[in-house]
Amino acid sequence: MKVVGRVWCFGDDINTDLILPIPVVPLPLSERPQHMFRANRPGWAAQVQPGDILVAGRNYGMGSNRPAAQVMRDLGLSCLLAESLNGLFFRSCVNYALPALEVPGVHSTFEEGDTAEVDFERAVVRNPRTGALVQGSPWPAMALRILEAGGLIEQLEADGAIQPQGWSPDPPSA
Amino acid sequence: MSMTIAEKILARQSGKSSVRPGDIVFVQVETCVVLDSHFRTNGGWRWPKRIYDPSKVVAIADHLPMSSNVDNAIGLQTCRQFVRHFGVDRFHDAGADQGISHQVIADKAYALPGTVLVCTDSHTLSGGAFNCCARGVGRPEITQVLCYGETWFRVGPTVRYELSGALPNGVSAKDAFLYLAGRWGSHENQNIEFGGPGMRGIGLNARRTLSTMCAEVSAEFALWEPDDSLIEYIAGRTDRLFHPTWPDAGAEYVDVRQIDLSSLVPYVSGIDTVVHNTMPLDAFGESVRLDQCVIGSCANGTLEDLIAAAEILRGRVVAPWVRFIVTPGSMEIYRRAAELGILATIAASGALITPSACGACGAHDFGALGPGEVCLTATTRNYKGRMGHPDAKIYLASPATVAASAVAGYITHPGQLEPLGAAST
Repeated sequence: MKVVGRVWCFGDDINTDLILPIPVVPLPLSERPQHMFRANRPGWAAQVQPGDILVAGRNYGMGSNRPAAQVMRDLGLSCLLAESLNGLFFRSCVNYALPALEVPGVHSTFEEGDTAEVDFERAVVRNPRTGALVQGSPWPAMALRILEAGGLIEQLEADGAIQPQGWSPDPPSA
Repeated sequence: MSMTIAEKILARQSGKSSVRPGDIVFVQVETCVVLDSHFRTNGGWRWPKRIYDPSKVVAIADHLPMSSNVDNAIGLQTCRQFVRHFGVDRFHDAGADQGISHQVIADKAYALPGTVLVCTDSHTLSGGAFNCCARGVGRPEITQVLCYGETWFRVGPTVRYELSGALPNGVSAKDAFLYLAGRWGSHENQNIEFGGPGMRGIGLNARRTLSTMCAEVSAEFALWEPDDSLIEYIAGRTDRLFHPTWPDAGAEYVDVRQIDLSSLVPYVSGIDTVVHNTMPLDAFGESVRLDQCVIGSCANGTLEDLIAAAEILRGRVVAPWVRFIVTPGSMEIYRRAAELGILATIAASGALITPSACGACGAHDFGALGPGEVCLTATTRNYKGRMGHPDAKIYLASPATVAASAVAGYITHPGQLEPLGAAST
């Protein structure tokens, strides 16, 4: 998978309360993305175009276990490139099929507004403006399979392990 | 090959003779804890066709137990439907045996030494105090575990903390954690392992405070060595098999760090993060006026935490401009604190005592901060916006420091409160 997109730059230790604030969690899925980073960069979400790429520093996604990667995907971001990814957040990226790579050196390779070219399977990232190339860690095979399925729930669905959306064993009031 | 505790448990649970950092392992899950919040309308809940083993599943109402709106009520209804449909016996619904999940997991000895426990909450690291590879995973992964009984981990390198000495009076495990976070910062993608002669003087509750808080420095697992007190505790509460797991001699650590507990003092964090952002209270220096104080959460809702607060609050009243919220970690702790008169002392000071819930820690059902409000809290997390408005300021400290500060109305060292005799004249 090759991804090309416009770059937005953020720093170290971006946490899940910034990506998906608790008061936003109960909102319908379609309304969540517009609130991303409202505390640290108000108005940013409205400027994101489908296919844009987020470049960040160390430990991106630290904090709580909420569907923060889902919100990033739903905002239209095509890829996340970080110096390092929080362990729990990496799982979220796999679960919600958000292509996200750990790429040491990536933060200083790009300025905001640059274009990034990403060869996802090989985890190679290039800045066409400067010619700089940086190498990240490729995803393990099991994670790539989930990405190809479109997410873990989608994979479980394809395996026939879960009921269709909206299924219920009995009326909730029973 | 010599292994750390995390490596040994992950090897055993994945059927391998050894694992090493960087490996991806598929492990058997001994305990799968499902929370009420998963069942809310937008919580991502999907019904498995069948589940791997109902006897290995636990369901707990902790984010929504007070049913503060219709959506939460629906979440609780669906959670009840889940336990009924699959025959899950270990269900802690609002009522006598309800509590914050990680406290209930501790009270009931659900985190078994040498096994794997997963739950959707990031503070599931708490179970590491029980020598259990316990951690948060995503909601889709909980669905996967319910279906197949298995999940995956990327084995991380381990940092070993070697504890010596004993905590001085008035200094708690929370202070020890704040010291660790300030000095060593983030541990992303690393396991933490606690051991050494100093752990003898640290009870299971205090160990759990430390393991729980390790989520704030992004650890993968936060495991303690087992000892006699742990083995007795578990054996006295469960018939299930468990496997106390010590590290091998010669296990490889990315770093071994010494903490002399006797040298520690009360600590406080700055706002927004604890990573390289904590300091001794004595060195704090600023005059910070408080609007809200909180004691509670999966990190600081134990009976010991309530006792530490009551000792300071006895005969004192909370500053009139402070909203002081106290949340016992489970309803079992609530009842014991009531029987011991601790809740009466806390209530007499003017604190608001709430039922057991995640509550103010994430502004879930109560305790939200308004714009510009300042909070000192003995809970887990101080990210911007975590407890309400993003312009609010959140500082973290121990229950004793929070209680003393609620009385003074400013961030205050417990040793600096006016003596009781002087205050009453």
